[in-house]
Amino acid sequence: MLHIKCPHCGLRSQNEFSYGGDATVKRPELNKEVSDQDWDNFVYLRKSPRGKHLELWQHISGCRQWIKVERDTLTHEIFKTLKANEEV
Amino acid sequence: MSENFRLDKGGLINRNKKISFNFNGKKYFGYEGDTLASALIANGVHLVGRSFKYHRPRGFFGAGVDEPYAIVQMNRNNEVDPNVRATEQDLFEGLEAKSVNCWPNVDFDIGAINNFLNKFFPAGFYYKTFMWPKSFWYKVYEPIIRKAAGFGAASIKHDKERYEHKYEYCDLLITGSGPSGLASAYAAAQNGAKVILAEDKSRFGGSLLTSEVTIGNQSGQEWAEKIISELKLMPNVVVKNRSQVFGYYDHNMLVMSERISDHLPKTKKYSPKQRLWYIRAKEVIISSGSIERPLVFGNNDTPGVMLSSAAKEYLKIYGVLVGKKPLIFTNNDSGYETAIEFKKNGIDPIVLDTRKNPNSEIIKEAKDLNINIKFSYVVVAAKGYKKVKSADIAKISEDKKNISNIENIQCDCICVSGFWTPTIHLASQSGNKTKFNEKIDAFIPSQSKQKETTLGAANGIFTLEETLKTSFKKGSELSKQITKEDNKVSVPTVVEKKSSNHDKFWCVPLPEGKNYKRFLDFQNDVAVSDIQLALREGYRSIEHVKRYTTLGMATDQGKTSNLNGLQMVSDVENKVVPQVGHTTFRPPYTPVSIGAIVGREIGKHSKPTRKSPMHYWHEKNNAVFVDAGVWLRPRYYKQGNENLFEASKREAKNVRQNVGVCDVTTLGKIDIKGPDSAEFLNRVYTNAWLKLPVGKARYGVMLREDGIVMDDGTTTRISENHYHMTTTTAQAANVLSHLEYYLQLVWPELNVNVVSSTEQWAGAAIAGPNSRNLLKKLFPDLNVSNEGLPFMGYMEGNLFGVNAKIYRISFSGELAYEVNVESDHGNYMWEKIMEVGREFNIQPYGTEALSTLRIEMGHVAGSELDGRTIPYDNSLDGLVSKKKDFIGKRSLSKTAYITKDRQKVVGVIPLDKKTSIPEGSYIVKDAKAKLPNPKLGHVSASCWSVEYDNPFSLAIIKDGKNMIGQKLFAMSPLKNKIIPVEIVSSHYVDPKGERVRS
Repeated sequence: MLHIKCPHCGLRSQNEFSYGGDATVKRPELNKEVSDQDWDNFVYLRKSPRGKHLELWQHISGCRQWIKVERDTLTHEIFKTLKANEEV
Repeated sequence: MSENFRLDKGGLINRNKKISFNFNGKKYFGYEGDTLASALIANGVHLVGRSFKYHRPRGFFGAGVDEPYAIVQMNRNNEVDPNVRATEQDLFEGLEAKSVNCWPNVDFDIGAINNFLNKFFPAGFYYKTFMWPKSFWYKVYEPIIRKAAGFGAASIKHDKERYEHKYEYCDLLITGSGPSGLASAYAAAQNGAKVILAEDKSRFGGSLLTSEVTIGNQSGQEWAEKIISELKLMPNVVVKNRSQVFGYYDHNMLVMSERISDHLPKTKKYSPKQRLWYIRAKEVIISSGSIERPLVFGNNDTPGVMLSSAAKEYLKIYGVLVGKKPLIFTNNDSGYETAIEFKKNGIDPIVLDTRKNPNSEIIKEAKDLNINIKFSYVVVAAKGYKKVKSADIAKISEDKKNISNIENIQCDCICVSGFWTPTIHLASQSGNKTKFNEKIDAFIPSQSKQKETTLGAANGIFTLEETLKTSFKKGSELSKQITKEDNKVSVPTVVEKKSSNHDKFWCVPLPEGKNYKRFLDFQNDVAVSDIQLALREGYRSIEHVKRYTTLGMATDQGKTSNLNGLQMVSDVENKVVPQVGHTTFRPPYTPVSIGAIVGREIGKHSKPTRKSPMHYWHEKNNAVFVDAGVWLRPRYYKQGNENLFEASKREAKNVRQNVGVCDVTTLGKIDIKGPDSAEFLNRVYTNAWLKLPVGKARYGVMLREDGIVMDDGTTTRISENHYHMTTTTAQAANVLSHLEYYLQLVWPELNVNVVSSTEQWAGAAIAGPNSRNLLKKLFPDLNVSNEGLPFMGYMEGNLFGVNAKIYRISFSGELAYEVNVESDHGNYMWEKIMEVGREFNIQPYGTEALSTLRIEMGHVAGSELDGRTIPYDNSLDGLVSKKKDFIGKRSLSKTAYITKDRQKVVGVIPLDKKTSIPEGSYIVKDAKAKLPNPKLGHVSASCWSVEYDNPFSLAIIKDGKNMIGQKLFAMSPLKNKIIPVEIVSSHYVDPKGERVRS
């Protein structure tokens, strides 16, 4: 079980969090023309890197904040955790 | 039976307390402090089981966690416990155990025929044999194999024992209380570190309990006792025996199983049987010691052949002789310690040493004691079937390839020592890259991935002096980093005998013309010949060899067999062991009971149960409940002998004719506040929300980004910047996370706050033509006329002294209202509604009637919004705004979503108007078409229409729009039904929706 440092609450066990996928995906802006390709990429296509990955987690059993976690998908090492509005 | 093999004195058992127990129906005696194994051996019992494949007689091989044979079925306090290691089971008064894997009994086992047929049971036997004919597998092969396989038999009864989980944090977790564990724990504790010291046995001390050493001016055992009693008194130290740390997981989380009551005849009141500890440790010290390696020779599985360290342990801890004519077969000095122990107790052992001319203090001591030692000698084969009676021994050539001078000598046990294998399981599980140490012919931990340190014998250090020195040092260092304290501890002086080098020899060649089975894996009957066969057949990777031969599998996970297996592969392959590598060590290190893993999360406790404030009213009024997510909801209220069908029909009919009330507390509720709330809802829902006036509700549908409907519900504008959103019961949590996602990550510029208010409100839906009349009486001060409170209107009122919120919304399709009060007043509200409603013939209705009402109205719900449908499929496309953008809109123009024959919800009626259509049935054109019959869609929900008194279903079918009026078939292979049906509009009752507005 991972040990994740919530930037709001501190170190907590993984079972307080829920996983939210790739944090680098950016939703196309509202009311803007989006090509089929770009939209498909946004909705469906995700990289599955072996190694460093910036991902979203939500502290659902805690402060309910969505946070960013930089984690190694191979070793599970967590390098950094960030608030939703912070960049790496 | 008398204890013929118990010494008159010695050991750590309590000779003042005699204990009686029962094994295979016979009564025996032992002492407090015995294990089941030591007590049986004291009674001369060596036949305890039969082997897995060949059903060969099996005895005891070890004295602890490594035991591959002595697995028994326990009966404790009328509960069955399978797969118990006799070597780890403390004896208690009245203990009952029996042998497994034998029939009719361990002495005469029919399955032993496999032993004589062993030529027909080579490695991969099952893979090779049971392939043809295919149809035989389920009917013939599998049942027979299932019956023959496995050790214990699990109980199918509910386990009445209690198991618990515990979460713990500590600075240092130390796994094993041998010299390295004690020293490091002691040093760390002096620095104020929070320490957990875990020992899997009942006694602390590990190898110190059986070795002849002096620490300071005390014996090893006395020193261990002193350290443990000091540690126990320290507030920052937790010391646990009978506790096995079995798994090392990510981020330094380890799991330990504590056997709290297994050593007692009966679990004490308020105490669990076992407790699983989830421990998050800042640092882990692995002090798990080492396990002696067997030597491999003919029939080396005969009862009476055992590890020399085990023989010594039985002697020193339990005062038990494993035999009276012992033969000790060793390639190192450890065997001599056992021999000396026998000699001291008046037994004359014979030592066979594979080495030619070794020299050390221990060997000199053995010689001085006049022990018969034969150098360059080996055991060729054990003789005897159910117990060792003699052994063929021989001289071995210097190159260890040839044997000569074979002779038979009498003996009743053969104690083997093939040197030591560090227990690196936990280190390997943690991700440590292990390396092969040539000096000890075994793997040791090397490069850590997590915060762990392996000390002592587990790290390949076999001298006490170095073990203590390094362990005290590490304990101090690691704790100092955490606590910043630096209290020096002095390392005591150690007196121990120095050993000479071991011999790398481990497997005795077969004499010419002999075909003895030489076992590598004792639990799974894997012999040298099996490995050779697997390699001949082309298996190369050690992982493949393992799976093909089952080497190192089963409950002991190859604790005694792994390294010899690797040696074997490397010998045949002409490689060195590190090239072959070892198989992956996976948790658990020892078997863990399912009960411990599950803990308290059993039955109804597997999930929390949520009850509405009106729950006890429902109970009192004969409600039959149904699980709705984690909620319990009334499914129907039983009157007299009614069944579900009759009751739900009555309830639904009463809603259509008079008025009914339904507990809707379980609906998800989200409070939304902030100046940008309207804009936010406008982006979340598919329809327009900017112009919703205060005091009005609106129905909305929200999508996922892929265009699939996520949820639906009504949201009411309470005041300018305050909204009350409702979600379906099942999706409440997901919707909240969804909203938080967009607010926190996608549109942080929106000034909106959301919070769940599901539990704050109790809700009652009042539905039926009489609902307004009832409402008038409930709120006499309010104008609830069609003009005063129109459809989708909202009002606040006072319900007999309680603040209430009234929403004119309808799920049933009738004129209906939802009244909410604060949860604490829920039951009060409900009772008032029932009381006042009596004159209007009010009846409560449950979820079954609720479904009937919505199905015949064609209102979609969870069974249609099933994560596969878009608004069009549910006839909700009228709610999709063309003017504005919203979550998931872009996906709705996907080609697949706009095809002409896109699926759509329809109504389905059986032609005979009698046969109910099972939910999940397929809709097909031709009932007799060849399988697989092309399906047009499926029946999503079925009910008995109370309006028309015939069955009615909803279905989502291809080109639904153009199917109205078609005669098709509903097929349910599960219920074996083919029903001719007609497709109709999904809006079966009141298609224009006049009632809700009346």
